[in-house]
Amino acid sequence: MAEAAAVAAESQAGCRARAARAVLDQVVLPGEELLLPEQEDGERPGGAGERPLRLKVGMRSRGRVVCGPGLRRCGDRLLVTKCGRLRHKEPGSGSGGGVYWVDSQQKRYVPVKGDHVIGIVTAKSGDIFKVDVGGSEPASLSYLAFEGATKRNRPNVQVGDLIYGQFVVANKDMEPEMVCIDSCGRANGMGVIGQDGLLFKVTLGLIRKLLAPDCEILQEVGKLYPLEIVFGMNGRIWVKAKTIQQTLILANILEACEHMTADQRKQIFSRLAES
Amino acid sequence: MEGAMQTESKIRAESGTESGPRGPGCSLRHFACEQNLLSRPDGSASFLQAGRRYLHFGDTSVLAGVYGPAEVKVSKEIFNKATLEVILRPKIGLPGVAEKSRERLIRNTCEAVVLGALHPRTSITVVLQVVSDAGSLLACCLNAACMALVDAGVPMRALFCGVTCALDSDGTLMLDPTAKQEKEARAVLTFALDSVERKLLTSTTKGLYSDAELQQCLAAAQAASQHVFRFYRESLQRRYSKS
Repeated sequence: MAEAAAVAAESQAGCRARAARAVLDQVVLPGEELLLPEQEDGERPGGAGERPLRLKVGMRSRGRVVCGPGLRRCGDRLLVTKCGRLRHKEPGSGSGGGVYWVDSQQKRYVPVKGDHVIGIVTAKSGDIFKVDVGGSEPASLSYLAFEGATKRNRPNVQVGDLIYGQFVVANKDMEPEMVCIDSCGRANGMGVIGQDGLLFKVTLGLIRKLLAPDCEILQEVGKLYPLEIVFGMNGRIWVKAKTIQQTLILANILEACEHMTADQRKQIFSRLAES
Repeated sequence: MEGAMQTESKIRAESGTESGPRGPGCSLRHFACEQNLLSRPDGSASFLQAGRRYLHFGDTSVLAGVYGPAEVKVSKEIFNKATLEVILRPKIGLPGVAEKSRERLIRNTCEAVVLGALHPRTSITVVLQVVSDAGSLLACCLNAACMALVDAGVPMRALFCGVTCALDSDGTLMLDPTAKQEKEARAVLTFALDSVERKLLTSTTKGLYSDAELQQCLAAAQAASQHVFRFYRESLQRRYSKS
């Protein structure tokens, strides 16, 4: 019976919500509830509802806390919905409580507004192209959403072409729509991706790692061979180097660098640089 | 990425028959779980409940793959939530009625836990393949399905686990029975419990038992589920510590 009692005590401890600050950078599991900094005082056990008198007036007004991927608001707490490491970013300019999100490893992409993605044109129907972006539905791309496109001057897009564009409409209720121009009407690197090259798929976490500022992997890859590279937030990378062999080597390195440590990577790069 | 955890287990009697009454929560089999082992599905996991080698029992092992949120046929789409499909393939032979009924149980459990409202008009498919069966199969399928859903990044409101209890003719409670114990037992009960408050999600029972025995089995299963959830946590922490 003692064992049962001990187990019961542990289960009680398990369902108490933890402070978000205490769990930063640790692995969180779906179902956990997190308390935001303002609510921690109320949870002190045995304190009959008393609160310490606050001498600093401005402390409570932390402002809005943004709830990022992997977290959902549940009452006045955050509910974790995906497994991963909890991260926090302080607000840049004072107001707001910053952003909390869960860094999870995923292969499947879900369209998000503003994301730049690589899509494959699967159908042309009337005035719109259907583009496969790896989500649950093909995105639609209007023929006018290219730089310099008019009704008379149609863009030269065929079925099977690769398109680099961004989402203007992407929510759970509507079909995603993408465009190849920015808000000023300029292409800004978007549009049809040229001939040759190789398109391959990696996990979403690797793309985020490669696109982070000051990514060492990219700098080292750039020193190896001259190359053109396009990253899509949907896990697709398009790579083109001078010869097919170099392209394949680059593709293999990028796919493998998710599982390699920094030392192993440096070894491989140095071996390739020699040959 | 093997996560194996030795639970506190009382060693069963050498003669192979059931030993005397034992406390709840301590006779689960040794587990092992591996995630992200298949390259094509969006998430995959393999869950293994080891058998007792010295008593010549085999392992129960299930491989699970999850695809989703993916495209769904217009005839099957639901306007406000995801369509969850479970496919269970037995080790030998064609799937039959028993597999269909297990698929339904697993699907109902997953639907209670997965936040389908975040992905309307999509489909989430869980494919389970029985690799070896040595008793407590449904519980092992539930565990594998949960780990695979977590691996795929499908949003969930809690984790869940499956625990099997068997009652033999004396009224002795056995957790995680082997195939032989299941056949000789008077009643076999399988429970699916959630991780937030150890509440009951699904229960399926076969055989003859009293109300008090049901409560006793449920309490034992809730205590045992602690170990499973602790194992999940360790397994996932190990996985994320490598990145």
